Parts: sequence; C-alpha cells; structure tokens
Amino acid sequence: MDLNFRPEYKDFRKEVEAFCNKWKGVYFKNASNSPLLDLTSSGSNEGNKIITRQKWQKILIENGYFARSIPKEYGGFGGENDEIKNRIIASEFAYHGIPSPMSGQGIDMLVPTLLELGTEEQKQKYIKKTLHGEMIWCQGYSEPNAGSDLASLQTKAELIDGKWIINGQKIWTSTAQYSQMMFCLVRTEPEAKKHAGISYLLIPMGTPGIDVRPLIDMTLKAGFNEVFFTDVAIPEENIVGKRGEGWAVANATLTHERGSLTNPNATMGRVNALIDRMKEDTINGIRLIDIPVYRDKLIALQAKVTAFQSNSLRVLSAKLNPGQDVKMAGMIQKYYGTELRHELEGFAVDVMGELGTLYEDSPYLKDKGSWQFLYMYYLGLIIGGGTSQIQKNIISERGLGMPREPKISGV
Amino acid sequence: MYFGLSEEQQFFKDNVNKFLNDHASLDIVKKIIDNNDLDIKNEIANGILNLGINSLLVPEKYGGLGLDLLFAAAVSQSLGENVAPFSFAGSYVMAPIALSLGGNEDQKNKYLNSIVNNKMKFAVGFSEYIAARNNFGFLFKNNTVSGKSIFVLDVENSTHLLIADEAGQIGVININDKNIKLTELTTVDKTRTYFEIQFEKALVDILEETKSNINAVTRSIDAGRIVLAADSLGASEALLTKAVEYSKERKQFGRAIGSFQAIKHMCAEMAADLEPCYSLVWHAAHCFDNIPDESRLMSCHAKSHVSDVSKVIAKKATEVHGGMGFTDLMGIHYWFKRIGVNRQNLGSPETIREEAAKIQNL
Repeated sequence: MDLNFRPEYKDFRKEVEAFCNKWKGVYFKNASNSPLLDLTSSGSNEGNKIITRQKWQKILIENGYFARSIPKEYGGFGGENDEIKNRIIASEFAYHGIPSPMSGQGIDMLVPTLLELGTEEQKQKYIKKTLHGEMIWCQGYSEPNAGSDLASLQTKAELIDGKWIINGQKIWTSTAQYSQMMFCLVRTEPEAKKHAGISYLLIPMGTPGIDVRPLIDMTLKAGFNEVFFTDVAIPEENIVGKRGEGWAVANATLTHERGSLTNPNATMGRVNALIDRMKEDTINGIRLIDIPVYRDKLIALQAKVTAFQSNSLRVLSAKLNPGQDVKMAGMIQKYYGTELRHELEGFAVDVMGELGTLYEDSPYLKDKGSWQFLYMYYLGLIIGGGTSQIQKNIISERGLGMPREPKISGV
Repeated sequence: MYFGLSEEQQFFKDNVNKFLNDHASLDIVKKIIDNNDLDIKNEIANGILNLGINSLLVPEKYGGLGLDLLFAAAVSQSLGENVAPFSFAGSYVMAPIALSLGGNEDQKNKYLNSIVNNKMKFAVGFSEYIAARNNFGFLFKNNTVSGKSIFVLDVENSTHLLIADEAGQIGVININDKNIKLTELTTVDKTRTYFEIQFEKALVDILEETKSNINAVTRSIDAGRIVLAADSLGASEALLTKAVEYSKERKQFGRAIGSFQAIKHMCAEMAADLEPCYSLVWHAAHCFDNIPDESRLMSCHAKSHVSDVSKVIAKKATEVHGGMGFTDLMGIHYWFKRIGVNRQNLGSPETIREEAAKIQNL
C-alpha cells in the first residue's frame, strides 16, 4: 500500500489551489435552467466574477483543468491523461467551492465515443464545440418499449437518396429541450438479428419533423422529454461506425456513463453538509446530532461512504498499476453509489422531519431544499443508466460467474 | 501510488491459507471441536506460528519482524476465511502493540523477546476499558488488582494475562498466579475460546508508560478492531464463495438455482456490500501505521461497518443454501457464528459508532 503521489503532484496541487483562490466567487450570468446544475455546482451568488459558462469552459481548458488529455486540434488542452491530476483538480475545486466544468451527455459520452470511433471530419466538426459548451447534446437510446432491454428498440432509419429518414419515438431524453444535437440509436437493418440491426446516428435537433415534449418527473424540476420523429431527414455521413455496428458504438459510451454517476467524494461532501445541518437544528432544544438514534445512523452512513471512498481509491490504483485486478470493485460502483446517495439524502429528510417535506420556495426551507430534491433525483439515477436490478444481473453473471437466465424460445 | 496488498502481504496471506487448506479443513475443525481434541488443535497452532506470525508486529529491536498492521490484517483474513481454530487478535496483535507502546525498556526486553521465541503468550482482557458491563471492571491499586474481567481473548496456551483497568492502565499478570481464577465461557463460536477471569489482590506488573497516558490501550484496541474486521471479512468472502458455488450445483425446477434472479440478486448484493470492505479494512490498517490523524476513526469505521455487512452476508449466504445451510452437516454455521462473535468483541457496532462520533467531537 502506498498512498503517496509523486512530488510533482504536490506542486500541481499548489497550482490548482492558487487558481481556485483567484476564481473564488465566480458565477454565471446565464445560469442554466436546470435546477440540478444550480444545486450541485457551487456557482456563488456573491462576489463580482460574473462570466458565461462558455467562457468558464474556455478558462478551464486553457489551464488544463478540463479536457486535459484531449488533443489541442479538437479543442482540448492536449496533455497526457493523468488520473491523479484529475482527482486533485476535482477535490480542490470541491474544497474551494469552485464550479465544476460543464458535464452532460455530449461531454461525458459523445466526445469519448467520437475520439475512439468517429471519422476525422466528425471529430473536427463536433468535439471542440461540445467541449466549449457551444453545442449541447442529448442521448436518444431508450424507447417506451425498449428500456432495460434496450436492444429491442424500434425507431427506424432508412437510407433514401443519400439521406437517413427517421421515424419513431425516444423517451427519458434529458436536456433535449436545450440541445442542438442528439446521438441516437436507430434500427437500420430490420432483417438482421436484434443487436446487429442497430446504427448510431448524429441528429441535428433543428431538423424538421422532430417534436420534443417535456416529460415532468417526480421532482417536478429536472425534466426528461419524449422526442418524436416523423420523416426526419439527416445527411448520410452522420453515422458513427458502420451500419449495423451501433450497438458496439453505444456500449463504448455506456461504460463512461456508469463511471460518472457516482462520486464518493461528493457523497462525503453531503455527509459533512448533513453534520452541519444536524448541529444547527434542534428537537425540544436538543441538537439533532445529540439524539442517539440519529447519531448512530449518521456514523453508520459515514462509515459506508468511507468504505466507498476507499473502494474508489482501489479502482484508481488499478488504472495506475496495470495488472491489478479490481473488476468487482469497478462493477459495483453504479449500484452501490446511487443506492448509498439515495439512502443518505433520505436519512437527511428524516432527521429534518416535517421540515424535510417542504419544497420549492416554501418558508422554513433549509439548504435550498437540496435534501428532498436529491432524495428523489437519486431514485431516478437508481433506475436510469441500467437499473439496480440490471446492475445485479451484471454483477452476478459477469462478476460472480453465475448462470444466465435461460432464454425464452422465440424471443 | 498503489492501493492494495503488497506482494509480501499477499505471500503471508497465501501461506496461511495454504497451511490451513492442507491441515485444517472444515472436517478437521469439526473434529477438534466435537472431540475437544487439543492435540490436533495445538499442532495446527504450532504450524501457524511456524509461519512467523507471532513476530509480525514485534519491533525488530526486540527480535521481531517489525512489520505493518496490514500484514496482520492480511493474515487475519485467511484465518477468518478458514474458520481457523486459532486466536490471533489478542496474543499476536494487541499484545505486542500494547507492550511496545506501554512498556519501559526492561518490560519490552522481557516480554517482547519472549513473544518472538514463543516462551510467553499473552491473553488480552480489555473489555472493561471499552465498555464495562454489569459491575465488571477494576482499577489497579498498589500493583495489585481485584475484580473481574469478562471475555478475555486468547487465554488458551497463554502464560500471561494483559489486562486494562478502567483508567486505561495496562498490567501483566502471570497466569499461574494463585490469586486469579479462570472460568471458560461457552460461546456460539467454538473455533476460539473466551474466559472470565477473577482477581483477588493479584500481583500486576503495570506497564510504565500506561500510568501517564492511554496511547497504548487505545492503539492496541484500534489494531485489534481492524484485525477482527479482517477476520469477518475473510469469513464473509468464504460464505459468498460457498453460496455462489452451491447455487451453481443445486438444481430445482430443472435448472441451477443460481440462474434464478432471486438467488443471483442475493449474491450480487452480498458481493456489492462486501467489495468496499476489503478496501476499508486495508485502508484502515494502512492508516494505523502511516496516517495517525485518521487512524482511530478509520479503525472504528472498519470494525463497525464490516460487522454490519458480515452479519447480513452470514444470513443471506445461509439462506442461499436453503435447509442445508441450517444444518451442522454443511457447517455454514461456523462462519455465521465466527462473524457473530467478532461483531461483539472489542465493542459492538453501536458502541464503536458512539466512539467514532466522540473522536470527531460531534
């Protein structure tokens, strides 16, 4: 066991620290309409450093604090990929309350996919704009009848006169209303077997025939959408990979999504915020932190989050030390991390009692209502991106080598 | 940066595992317990000691290997995995640490060297310092002690007792002192023994440093907790492996029960709960030697969290085995009970969580 990083990282941490001190208090003049961003990014309302989010992206990239390992020609910083530096950046930003770079499906999923499988033209056309926050993407995967069984999707695209003509429907499409582009799975080879008939297309959202309808979720805030396609025509070259290879292209990106949903250090940040809340609020004059049942549950959760942090150090270690086997440690992260966060946010609601049910702009609302919002929001994350039940299938079949469910004949 | 067991630590762990696989299978463990066969039991104990585990934590200056607690945690995982009929945490982890930190030069020379050459073995009675139950407990007076200590660890084959009074002073008592009375307690876990000891003006050699500070007793308990957590970790790993293996072999409704999602999901839950425990225990052991500021809290977290996870795994793994899991024939209960006793030793999860809160000034 060696938890020390090479001396150069000490200097790097100092450099990041100086940057954070310089930009303390930065906030965005065109704050996103997404309440999730407002709650989880730490853009402050004080201070006088008002800039646009796009400008912020640029500053981060120029300093190498975002898109570090993406080549300069595609709008990145052009450095080497360095997991430790990435973590130093994330932890210093969190500690100093500096807003994180934009995330979202374009940055987290499409960019890595194009870097791996896109044509040179696609890379030039899309990556830079996406990284700089000038092009927002949504993901068109799920359909009403293709959820956990995603490969049964039915939205179809036919190649007619050099254009893909798309018809069908997508659902659970986050940020579709703000997006300029969608990366989308469609059925292009209806004769082929389920997985072999799918292609991966890039669809400009302004194309005629696309209808975006909001789908309000239980938080009444962070909306999904349904997206309907009626004879939507897009250029033939807007395909990533070959015809019928879309499933493999999509799988390259799904691994990125699962990794990015659960950050143990952010969860520990919430434990610390909860401790503050429990020191401040009282019942019958007794601080919540001094009430034994709450106190016990709090420490139990703190221990569990600590275990999850240690687990992620082990996953990091395997990236730095090729050959170290941590398959299971990586495989559990989506399931464990989302369930844990949901449990923590829900416990916070409980200690707040009736005050924990207040919402939106109610009087007596504490911490901007983040506990109640995130309690519900994380239930969405437990379900989205491969439900906990799908995760357990993966853990047991691929991790523990248990037998697959027998296939029902004819399906 | 490398997070995990080193090659040397893995080597130690594998050696213990191999020895136990060869010489202490479940059948043999059962035989020892059913017939109270002390000869085989001692043979196994000697075999384990020959691997050098008695000297792991004794400083080199006193003839030991002077290794980190992570070595002991790795060894303990193997002991738990095999429900070894061998007590490790008290005699070979808590005792050397308490003596190293608490003894003056004379005491260290006398006691630590003797642990290394197996001339002395120490039982450990610190329960009353952690949480004195029902009028148990005592204070040293004029180098003597009267009172009683319950759940003393590792008395078997011990030559001396190491006890902590309520103030955190640690004293050594010769086990042949005629002013003490030993009573074996029967617990659910038959793989290790626990004793009650009554003292009536028994002579104590109080460790010099412990008269002025509680560092030795707290460090010793922290280490003991990490190592017991590692034992439960190993036991849980064994249970998960057994449950998965059984589910692949056992057929009902014409298919392996492991192909049913009900069973698969139970196993996946066990795996997901258990996996971060490896990292937590190793991380806590690493902090013990290298990051003192975080060490006490990490030890509390490791013991309380692993105890909770192991308890659930003990239940689910038994259930996956169905009725057979409940039988003595299958022997799953040895792991179940080992986990059950580890959970309470050196502080139940609730007791430890309260300590964790206090450490953080909450």
